[in-house]
Amino acid sequence: MDLPQATWPAGLTRVPYWVYQDPDVARAEQSKVFEGPTWNYLCLDIDVPNAGDYRTTVMGAMPVVVARAEDGEVVAFENRCVHRGALICLEDGGNVKDFHCVYHAWRYDLRGNLKSVAFRHGVNGKGGMDDSFRLEDHRPRAIRVTVLHGLVFGTLDPDAPDIETYIGPEITARLRRVMHKKVEIIGRFTQALPNNWKLYMENVRDTYHASLLHLFFTTFRITRLSAGGGVMVGENGVAHASATMGAPPTADTSYAGIRSDNDGFRLDDPSLLDSQDEFHDGIQLQILSVFPGFVLQQIHNAIAVRQVVPTGIDTMDLHWTYLGYADDPPELRAMRLKQANLVGPAGFVSMEDGAVGGFVQRGVGTAENVLSVVEMGGTTADTADTRATEASVRGFWKAYRGVMGL
Amino acid sequence: MNDADTLFRLSSLNAAYAAAIDADRLEDWPNFFTEKCLYKVTSADNHAKGYAAGIIYADTQAMLRDRVQSLRVANIYERQRYRHIVGMPVLGKEPGTSETSFVVVRTMRDGKMELFAAGVYLDRTVTGTDGVLRFHERIVVCDSGRFDTLVAIPL
Repeated sequence: MDLPQATWPAGLTRVPYWVYQDPDVARAEQSKVFEGPTWNYLCLDIDVPNAGDYRTTVMGAMPVVVARAEDGEVVAFENRCVHRGALICLEDGGNVKDFHCVYHAWRYDLRGNLKSVAFRHGVNGKGGMDDSFRLEDHRPRAIRVTVLHGLVFGTLDPDAPDIETYIGPEITARLRRVMHKKVEIIGRFTQALPNNWKLYMENVRDTYHASLLHLFFTTFRITRLSAGGGVMVGENGVAHASATMGAPPTADTSYAGIRSDNDGFRLDDPSLLDSQDEFHDGIQLQILSVFPGFVLQQIHNAIAVRQVVPTGIDTMDLHWTYLGYADDPPELRAMRLKQANLVGPAGFVSMEDGAVGGFVQRGVGTAENVLSVVEMGGTTADTADTRATEASVRGFWKAYRGVMGL
Repeated sequence: MNDADTLFRLSSLNAAYAAAIDADRLEDWPNFFTEKCLYKVTSADNHAKGYAAGIIYADTQAMLRDRVQSLRVANIYERQRYRHIVGMPVLGKEPGTSETSFVVVRTMRDGKMELFAAGVYLDRTVTGTDGVLRFHERIVVCDSGRFDTLVAIPL
């Protein structure tokens, strides 16, 4: 890879814009990040509840099948027929006894082992494969899978650390806080974003912007930086979890004069903001991410996982899965449905997160050798007891530069 | 009322609804609904699976007004407009129910146009004591579950 590395000084406070633009970078990311020593979110455990259930997903650009094997184990393999490379599974999910490639009907078991080849011995004694052909010599790449509190993660690296070491014990505990009991899917949507995937992950980790960009949040005091909270960053930068505590009891003036300060705005139907402290810890918002592209969100009672899927250098898809708990009482489920208005492609908050990455992508169009400034709250990627910091964004680059060797 | 009259009233309601949105008279949009109502934007796949959440979900006219106010004073998004093309309603078996196909073309600030959404409105309408036909329920079932960046303006 021939990259202008000289333009990327050491440290975590400067990021060159070519990293969002260079096709060589995108190619290297596929092998070093998504197929490297990272854990990629694949799907939910409940997407494949029974033996023979499968769901298709991706690791970056690599198509993946997740399946529940006969013995109950969750397994995954590359969704690529070893014959001519066609997708083995076309649907989002389903239940099968085994997998057949539609092209030439090569057959795989639930673990992705090649079991039979159509017309292997020819037809009427003619054609067919050579006798030296061995089924066991051919199989799509197997993916190492782990299920963490109902979330299925996969890696191609047999030497990657176990997932709890990768995420770190503190942030694993924050993940368990949300995924502590059986979840249920209540909606699934995709948002197509006009920016490089890393700009979205930076936005997710950017605890500084939330109350400045999102007037909806600020005005209704769902979050202000002057409310309590902070951000945890794992030592390797791989994972982060930010927390926002309840709103301050009285008006504060730290936003005076900033665009998002607008105390005159009130809801006609404030039931949108009715919520329960269902985790009994006063944390109103928790946003958690795991490098490279996983996000777990708790915004009041709106719970969702988001999977980041690069679709090009300057495009990506964000796969939203909205969750409730299987034992939700009806009134709490109703709150989740209303609070879902905050997030997703039409979200009072998320619509801006969906747009702002595109503003950057366009803004830096010809600035490939210019550096962005990531200096709020210092120069390190350490846990902080304030959200007026970019520590977690620096954590992202710590993890990224590590695996990319940049 | 015979079916022809019903179809005419529904078509007129749909036309007025689309015209209000497309002409940026968003403040008129909540008035097409009853005070207690359901407006939800979802996808065919979510609808088929019975997933209850939508990307927009409102169960009162006041929530619809809040969405308009948020778009006007709070949210940041690039200037854009819609053009709805709405088909002829198909009356449901149950009285007051109907479904109508729609297509929405979006034009952005810079002139870029795209086919933004296509799908079907699943409606329940009622005539108020004032004689006006309104939506008691409008489920916007988009054929695709993939939405481009943001759905700011209602469908």
